[in-house]
Amino acid sequence: MRDVWSLYSEKVMEHFKNPRNVGEIENPDGIGHVGNPVCGDIMELYIKVNNNTIVDAKFKTFGCGAAIATSSMVTEMVKGKPIGEALEISNRAVAEALGGLPPIKMHCSVLAEEALKSAIEDYLAKNCGKENNGANEMPAEVGSNTKRRC
Amino acid sequence: MRRIYLDYTATTPTHPEVVKAMLPYFTDAFGNASTIYSYGQEAKGAIEEARDKVADLIGAQSEEIVFTSGGTEADNFALEGVAFAKESKGNHIITSSVEHHAVIETCKFLERRGFRVTYLPVDEYGLVAPDDVKRAITDKTILISVMQANNEVGTMEPIAEIGKIAKEAGIYFHTDAVQTVGHIPVDVNELRVDLLSMSAHKLYGPKGVGALYIRKGTKLIPFMHGGEQERRRRASTENVPGIVGFGKATELAQHEMAEEAERLVYLRDQLTEGLLERIDYTRLNGHPIKRLPNNANISVDFVEGESMLLNLDLEGICASTGSACSSSSLEPSHVLRALGLSPEQAHGSLRFSLGKWTTEEEIGRVLEVLPKIVVKLRAMSPLLKSHR
Repeated sequence: MRDVWSLYSEKVMEHFKNPRNVGEIENPDGIGHVGNPVCGDIMELYIKVNNNTIVDAKFKTFGCGAAIATSSMVTEMVKGKPIGEALEISNRAVAEALGGLPPIKMHCSVLAEEALKSAIEDYLAKNCGKENNGANEMPAEVGSNTKRRC
Repeated sequence: MRRIYLDYTATTPTHPEVVKAMLPYFTDAFGNASTIYSYGQEAKGAIEEARDKVADLIGAQSEEIVFTSGGTEADNFALEGVAFAKESKGNHIITSSVEHHAVIETCKFLERRGFRVTYLPVDEYGLVAPDDVKRAITDKTILISVMQANNEVGTMEPIAEIGKIAKEAGIYFHTDAVQTVGHIPVDVNELRVDLLSMSAHKLYGPKGVGALYIRKGTKLIPFMHGGEQERRRRASTENVPGIVGFGKATELAQHEMAEEAERLVYLRDQLTEGLLERIDYTRLNGHPIKRLPNNANISVDFVEGESMLLNLDLEGICASTGSACSSSSLEPSHVLRALGLSPEQAHGSLRFSLGKWTTEEEIGRVLEVLPKIVVKLRAMSPLLKSHR
């Protein structure tokens, strides 16, 4: 018999035990709020954007071990990334960075991706009219997505 | 790290004396009980001895006990067996909304086969109202099935009262007694049940064996076909070591039950009261008094059950939750929802079930560890903020 049996990978457990970036950002540039109580997972993701780059990210999550670990991982992955690159982070990438998730937990990584996208969309929507001020310039590659919201 | 097991409702360790009683039937006394030579008769004798012990524990006659592969099979057998035997008389079944999946899913299967099922609601404690049973009876009703004690919240249903109603109406009455047999006194005549499901591994017996009590004269279709075993009601070569173990477990339970129940009630109350006192925004789920001696089920607001379980596991403590984050449906426990808990509260539930080897020291350890875990998880919960 193995000494220790665990539902999750070591990496998931490590992020679960010591989640990074827990909390809220004061005056965030974008907030993503996803999930619903019926499924038992609710994620809130806050981002701070400077020069079109995510300079800080924090989260608050009500959910299972995988939900907490994916929240923690996604905030780590986006920090320092330009908006365009951050939008390309897929749920699979989050799961892979965690050393994989049990199949029934993959939805948690989807939630993490959606939380991030939702925070970025919130940021872009708030900054639609500010393209010309330079500081928070909207990236061309997501323009079509955001114009609809303006 | 020393592990603290508080999930005796999920399963119990097999009692060492039970294992000892079983061992000869794997090797020396390995015979097939259907054979006429000494090996076979030796096995047959052991089965009948076990049957006597199981029957004795629930006030039944030996020939009213049919051994099965477990509680789930006993439930399936009772429901399908009666439904298909009584099909020509009626197609209506009454059950409750807090049954084990072994009953609920069997009912759903029967619904797909043309039967009609009434799922009775429960009150905030999980109690079925006998009057609701009475009102649900129609001239097509062929079976009533209500569990004796709920596996999740521990609530004890008014079985004797429902039994009286069923008897007066001439309708078969089944109870899933998987959580009660061997833990509290169960008497099939006092309860007025016609069918009663049991499982060995919930009372320090082995896994893979259970039984269905079938009152003499009750008509039901055999569950397995292909042999003469169990008076033709359940074909298949008997699981002799398992049955012997079940018998031994019921014998031990008979002697230890009363004292053990008292000890567990004391520890259970210490745990529940201690947790409610130490952690704010918590509640007890299930009935405060009419509950299993070993069941402590609480809801902790703003945090999710699996994340609490994982943190407890990191401290060596094994418990259970009604949160369904780990099931594919993602829906929280149907039992907690039937009690009226919100999805958040159901996801934030924890079940501790105590047993023979639970100590006061272990309860103390949970009381020390869980409040810290809740503080940690609440600090990252978006629900706490929106509440404030």
